[in-house]
Amino acid sequence: MHVVVCTKVTPDTAAKVSVNDAGVVGWSEAPVINPWDEYAVTEAVLLKGDHGGQATVMTVGKQEHEEALKQGLAIGCDQAIRVWDDALEGHDNLQYSKAAAAAIEKLGDVDLVIFGKEFADTQTDQYVYQVARKLGWTSLGAVAKILEIDFNASTIKVERLLEQGKAVVSAKLPAVIAVLKDINEPKYPSFMGIRKAAKAEIPVWNLGELGIDVGEPKTKVAQYKNLPVRGSQVQLFDGTPEEAAAKLADKLIEEKVI
Amino acid sequence: MHDINPKSELHGDIRKAVRQLCGDFGSHYWQSLEEHSGYPEAFVDALTQSGWLSVLIPEDYGGGGASLTEASVVLEEINRSGGNSGACHAQMYTMGTLLRHGSEEQKQKYLPLIASGELRLQSFAVTEPTTGTDTTKTRTFAERRGDRYVVNGQKVWISRVQHSDLMLLLARTTPFEDVEKKTDGLSVFLVDLRDAERKGLTVRPIKNMVNHETNEIFFDDFEIPAKNLIGEEGRGFRYILDGMNVERILIAAECIGDGYWFVDKARHYANERVVFDRPIGQNQGIQFPIAQAYAHVRAADLMRYEAAELFETNQPCGTEANLAKLLAADASWEAANVCLQTHGGYGFAVEYDVERKFRETRLYQVAPISTNLILSYLGQHVLEMPRSF
Ligand SMILES: Cc1cc2nc3c(=O)[nH]c(=O)nc-3n(C[C@H](O)[C@H](O)[C@H](O)COP(=O)(O)OP(=O)(O)OC[C@H]3O[C@@H](n4cnc5c(N)ncnc54)[C@H](O)[C@@H]3O)c2cc1C
Repeated sequence: MHVVVCTKVTPDTAAKVSVNDAGVVGWSEAPVINPWDEYAVTEAVLLKGDHGGQATVMTVGKQEHEEALKQGLAIGCDQAIRVWDDALEGHDNLQYSKAAAAAIEKLGDVDLVIFGKEFADTQTDQYVYQVARKLGWTSLGAVAKILEIDFNASTIKVERLLEQGKAVVSAKLPAVIAVLKDINEPKYPSFMGIRKAAKAEIPVWNLGELGIDVGEPKTKVAQYKNLPVRGSQVQLFDGTPEEAAAKLADKLIEEKVI
Repeated sequence: MHDINPKSELHGDIRKAVRQLCGDFGSHYWQSLEEHSGYPEAFVDALTQSGWLSVLIPEDYGGGGASLTEASVVLEEINRSGGNSGACHAQMYTMGTLLRHGSEEQKQKYLPLIASGELRLQSFAVTEPTTGTDTTKTRTFAERRGDRYVVNGQKVWISRVQHSDLMLLLARTTPFEDVEKKTDGLSVFLVDLRDAERKGLTVRPIKNMVNHETNEIFFDDFEIPAKNLIGEEGRGFRYILDGMNVERILIAAECIGDGYWFVDKARHYANERVVFDRPIGQNQGIQFPIAQAYAHVRAADLMRYEAAELFETNQPCGTEANLAKLLAADASWEAANVCLQTHGGYGFAVEYDVERKFRETRLYQVAPISTNLILSYLGQHVLEMPRSF
């Protein structure tokens, strides 16, 4: 059994975003592992515990994303891999997914790729399906539970939580799944895991090693902007309900609203 | 606002992980436990499963093999997060007596299970009703009969007995009248608590000021297999003493965690609360006591790191460990008082946690060792004044 979790760092969900004068996006808090991916990493570690084999945590990204890989190791993954190449600078998800798929293929024996539901910064999940498409594997989103998994027979049966209700779906492995919060209770990093993560030397695979070329970026972000500041004001009228209503009516007449 | 602890990056990965775990057990968790005097079972389980309570057990026995400084950071961060290490800190250090003085067979049998959390060893029975701090007067007696010891006596304030599988017991094995030195004739035993109540151990909980599970326990012809004696018979007092430095340093770290928590809570409130059209923190009468408490927490913290470093480099550290405990317990109590005062009436409201932490940190002035006993140690052993008792 070999399970891979694809992750990256994102700002914590409580962090505030702003764009500075130079047009660079900044966050109020230091980045953390994408919060949704804690469930993905935990599921990989639980599967490893139940079935043996190995769990790998992987990212396509710059050095700062090693933080997410270390968290994956601290929670219990066996190895971490970072994919990066300066040629990826400025590229979008589609090219990143090509690199991720190539790295998964290079690992060779992967049965299952697990993603969190989405990425907390962009609130998108297309990357999940792009990676599945590039691999040519089945993709199953909104997975709330793995009901059965048989690595020898290469089958998986999951429960998906959809707006309309629950769907139970069977598929062949290898597959790509995106998991919801319902899947497990995230594991905390352990002391031993943190020790291991601190010592780990994380290999960086470049595009040459993966044998792919990503060409020119297909999309380009022209500009980031802060949200417009809301100009509305709130005024409270005091007194009894009758007095407050009379004051409100006077104000509305004065402002020519009525 | 920035972190008021300048050492917040020291062992930053440990701090971050412990804070993350503690973050899932917030105010509401601790408050609701108090309502029904509950034990923080889920919290202790989470700590155990992530290996935090076994960091001091060597890796060969399945533990984390951490340094004392690292271990102290774990407890500091629990208290710094608003939690209470007192519920489980002994799981971290009680095993030290077993580790240092137990036979290889005992260590192989118990330490890996303690490390994995399958067994909890977090009770240590020393204090007695009639002898108090004067441990050499311990009366609980363990009489050797063949391959077992038969214990009779009584202990008081014995914590976590209901949430521990094993307990260390200090008992007399030679009558006080028959020993040459009063510190002789005491022995340490490893007691299996799991079926103890059927075998002559009675546990009577003591309701107390904090939500702390602590008990009176009575031994009535209670049998302990002789193979559960730790080390040599009669040398138990020394075994206990040499675990004290570790305990003092770890407790100091808990106090430091409390101290930073109180100062942080106080400064935030002082900045936010507006009375007479200005934040109360603008008044020197509010601001200066907070600053003063902060200075004392910082100073105590330095002593804690110094003591831990001496310990880790195998140098004598009794003085520094005692100083660290004294300074840290005083600093956390001062900070608690200042924090409560800063909050005015709200300090008494359960929802702010201040009153709970205030009660919890008060304990460190008395247990595991009372302030006076540390002062008498310093007076006699460091300053070479006459023994005061
Ligand atoms: C919540 C709680 C949990 C505890 N858990 C445990 C536990 O798990 N295991 C355990 O063995 N014990 C435990 N204790 C006991 C604790 O260690 C003792 O309460 C403490 O050591 C003081 O002993 P005492 O209460 O008998 O006080 P006493 O010895 O009666 O002392 C009373 C006061 O007099 C002072 N005093 C005594 N002698 C002198 C002197 N010569 N000079 C100056 N001052 C003196 C003391 O400092 C103290 O302030 C716990 C206590 C509490 C409150």
